[in-house]
Amino acid sequence: MATIAGVGRRPWYSPARIGLTLKEARRYPIIPLIIMLVVLIIPSIFANVIAPHDPIKSDLSHRLEPPGWMGPTLTTLTVVETVKDSTTEVSLANARRLKEGSALGETPHLKPDLAVGQQVQVIKKPGGGWERPLGTDKLGRDILTRMIYGARISLMVSLVVIAIAGVVGTTLGIMAAYFGGWTDYFISRVIDIAMSLPAILIALVLVVVVGPGIKVLIGIIAGVLWVQYARLVRGETLGIMSRDYIARARVAGCSHLRIMARHVFPNVFNSLIVLATLQIGFVIIIEASLSFLGVGIPRPTPSWGSIVADGRDLIIQTAWWVSLFPGLALVLTVLSVNLVGDWLRDKLDPKLRQL
Amino acid sequence: MGRVEMQRYILIRLVQAIFVLVAVSIIVFVLARLSGNPAFLILPIDAGPEEVERLSKFWGLDKPLHVQYWKFISNAVQGDFGESIKWPGRTAMGLIGGRLVATLQLTLTALILAAIMAVFFGVVTAVTKDTPIDHLGKVFALLGQSAPTFWIGIMLIWIFAVEIGWLPTSGRGGINHMILPVITLGWFEVAAIMRLVRSSMLDTLDSEYVKLARIKGLREWKVIWKHCLRNAAIAPLTYFGIIAGTLITGSVIVETVFAWPGIGLLAIEAVLGRDFQVVQAVALVFAVGFVMINLTVDILYAYLDPRIRYG
Repeated sequence: MATIAGVGRRPWYSPARIGLTLKEARRYPIIPLIIMLVVLIIPSIFANVIAPHDPIKSDLSHRLEPPGWMGPTLTTLTVVETVKDSTTEVSLANARRLKEGSALGETPHLKPDLAVGQQVQVIKKPGGGWERPLGTDKLGRDILTRMIYGARISLMVSLVVIAIAGVVGTTLGIMAAYFGGWTDYFISRVIDIAMSLPAILIALVLVVVVGPGIKVLIGIIAGVLWVQYARLVRGETLGIMSRDYIARARVAGCSHLRIMARHVFPNVFNSLIVLATLQIGFVIIIEASLSFLGVGIPRPTPSWGSIVADGRDLIIQTAWWVSLFPGLALVLTVLSVNLVGDWLRDKLDPKLRQL
Repeated sequence: MGRVEMQRYILIRLVQAIFVLVAVSIIVFVLARLSGNPAFLILPIDAGPEEVERLSKFWGLDKPLHVQYWKFISNAVQGDFGESIKWPGRTAMGLIGGRLVATLQLTLTALILAAIMAVFFGVVTAVTKDTPIDHLGKVFALLGQSAPTFWIGIMLIWIFAVEIGWLPTSGRGGINHMILPVITLGWFEVAAIMRLVRSSMLDTLDSEYVKLARIKGLREWKVIWKHCLRNAAIAPLTYFGIIAGTLITGSVIVETVFAWPGIGLLAIEAVLGRDFQVVQAVALVFAVGFVMINLTVDILYAYLDPRIRYG
């Protein structure tokens, strides 16, 4: 804003100018976007490249290892002449035979001259190395690897579901509002019926009969979700129908399809995008919940929900890491997706606040 | 009050509810027979064709579909859903009845507590809009809606039952056993209801009659709690149907996590044990309950807000 050279211009490091850039940056939900990228998007796309181990193959030599920063579980034994209590004492001869290492029964630091009265530490439960930074489950599979592949499942399922539900719901919604009459009545009845069925019940019935599977899962969630798109689009289209340009297009000889595609659809598009973004988190949670219950993604394919389910009984055996980390991934993902969706809604269509 | 309009409205809604229930029963019936003869679900894999035929005759599976459906419906209305496959000797309805109380114990407690807390938080955050209290409330609500219910339950078990050891890890019982499941089930509900109450209160707080009440000299807290809340409470009621739906899903998950012997856990056990008689029964019972709740809410809403009846 300074037109006279040098006067009134602040240096680039002055708080006022930095403050401006921060304020501009605050317009975009940067932190949620970064979190989304790191936790969901990048692992999904590059799973094969960045995953350190195999997500499905068991490796029983590494069962239930704690996360990297915890290290192996040690017991301290005192070196004695004659062992009276083998849980706390070890003979000198055996102590001298200890090898240094990180496997079961070895010692982390080998002391050069062992004498009676000294203490040695023996590894009771190996693991906690940074090779498997978030620990392993009871089949020895690395949790971090499974989580990375789980991200791919979550993202893929939610995108496919929203695509299907969105297309079906939008088409039916536009048709209902555009044609009115019996079409509207019929489609609205279908919507009412679909809304009066809690999704989980249909999921359960289907899984009993057909068996669990990823296609069944996608079908179930999409079959429940399309209703929301249909309702929203129908409402918006009803508003659009009362405008002049629709009637004029008809008079000009446009076919129904052309009007719906070129005049109605672009105007509902904004609301659709907002709804779709807000739905991603919802679908991820539903998929995780169904997988947790055992009726979603079947084992051994990793899904964040089924990893948490695996860890549920292990909590009592103090293997808390199996349930904690995939759950954290879920919370972070859904939280950031919701925040991005809220921001998008405020930008594009504040009328949707009720959603 | 428009007696005639009210009665007409109730009648229309009742007919619609019955229509929906019939449709639901057809859907459940068809789904259960999707993979062909359900006899295959009951018998072991190596059963011979004569055994399949014998079982089909016994269950009436060889009759035409609409005959089967009629038998299914007429039995269902009397509460007969057949015998369980996984728990031989017990009827599907008997199993449900035995567990219904357990589920209601958990669900109703969670709902009532959640409603009270949500109304309180909703009003407080609406009144203190854009202050740190409001932001704290937003964070609480956001977390409640972003964290999956089953994970919250498992983490609560880990922190309070395993590490600290204050509370039992699972099972049904008195207050001690109920604390963690109710918190798990309720957090999501509180978050959802709280946002509704807040936005509805914000709308009400700005309206004309509130300004009038203030000018009249009424004390502020009376204005908020007596006048605004009464009108703000109407809007969240419409979402009660949806909330009931989330409660059903939530109770299935919470009962699974905490091994609480309710209908939700029954459904899961039946699914994993491929007991489609029980699953059918549970699905229909839930659907009936759900439809009735929606019907009640609609009628209540018409009672409170006369504009609806004439629409």
